Amino acid sequence: MVQLTLPQNSKVKKGKTWPKPQGATNLRSFRIYRYSPEEGGNPRWDTYWVDMDRAGTMILDVLIYIKNNIDPTLAFRRSCREGVCGSCAMNIAGRNTIACTKGFDELPSGEIVIAPLPSQPVVKDLIPDLTNFYAQHAYVQPFLQTATPTPEKEWRQSAEDRAKLDGLYECILCASCSTSCPSYWWNGDKYLGPAALLQAYRWLIDSRDEATGERLDALEDPFKLYRCHTIMNCAQVCPKGLNPAQAIAKIKHMMVERVA
Amino acid sequence: MSQGQFLTPTKAARGLGSAKSGTAHHIRLRVAALALLVLVPLALYAIISISSAGFDGARAWVAQPLHATLLILTAGVVSYHMRLGMQVIIEDYIAKTGMRTTLLILNTFATIAMFIAVAMAVVQIWIAG
Repeated sequence: MVQLTLPQNSKVKKGKTWPKPQGATNLRSFRIYRYSPEEGGNPRWDTYWVDMDRAGTMILDVLIYIKNNIDPTLAFRRSCREGVCGSCAMNIAGRNTIACTKGFDELPSGEIVIAPLPSQPVVKDLIPDLTNFYAQHAYVQPFLQTATPTPEKEWRQSAEDRAKLDGLYECILCASCSTSCPSYWWNGDKYLGPAALLQAYRWLIDSRDEATGERLDALEDPFKLYRCHTIMNCAQVCPKGLNPAQAIAKIKHMMVERVA
Repeated sequence: MSQGQFLTPTKAARGLGSAKSGTAHHIRLRVAALALLVLVPLALYAIISISSAGFDGARAWVAQPLHATLLILTAGVVSYHMRLGMQVIIEDYIAKTGMRTTLLILNTFATIAMFIAVAMAVVQIWIAG
């Protein structure tokens, strides 16, 4: 039946409170999820006091400050630091987003809680295992498929048709949306999730692609597409301002159009 | 214990493949909802207007052919919509195959039983005049 509490070995215990930096005036506390696969045991919440005058502007800057100055064992993914790679996606103050574009002044005052993306296995600290997420992206075959022989120069596309891809191609596959979806929490093994479905739609409405029917066939399933109940968490958290819920609705329109 | 231990991510994501059905359910649930948009307010209006008529008045109201027909129709659409809706809820929250299949079958039986109970009651009142 339904599990209403976490399993015993997943319950997050109280962890260490790290000492405050000397002589700092602008302090803020961060409660960060810690888990070490080498140590095992339960995950815990560690509390760090950060001098906000020295910690940059973004949450990623704060995490790097903590790693450099307080606790070098804190593990997190990061790369571009400018919101284009999707590496640093995590749950900040209860919402999924990418740490590098989330300013700490955007968050309410008080302690900031930082946790890994929900419902995914945790590799270490703030690092989730996104293997299934990537496999679901591969399932929608995110590449051009044609039967017509390849033209000499290029596959031509009108400006209007190219405009249809705006708001879809910009996805950085950070997984914020999919891991914020309750349907993906409960059925993440069978439901593709907003990110994969957004990319599916990106290829469905690409005027150059000729495998539209096959793409729709692959989604004709009670779980792969139709676990979406327009909860809308995905659109709310997307750090790039995209709208996966709208893309999913448009896929459903296409599915209805071909039978009705 | 080790079942599924070495599955590739592709295998896990593909699962049993697409079921090749799902849109029909999606359409039917919404068409039933459209019908209920009309039928439920009508039913509520009817209930409120006969609430002051007493038992005999209500009985006479139900016995009229048009009212009986609409009541049976409403019960049918409600049962159908409920079966489809409960199916989605069971599929969402029950992960274990055995329990899920059992509940889905019970859902079908229960909604049909509910419809039969309402329909038979209305028909008996209608026939008795």
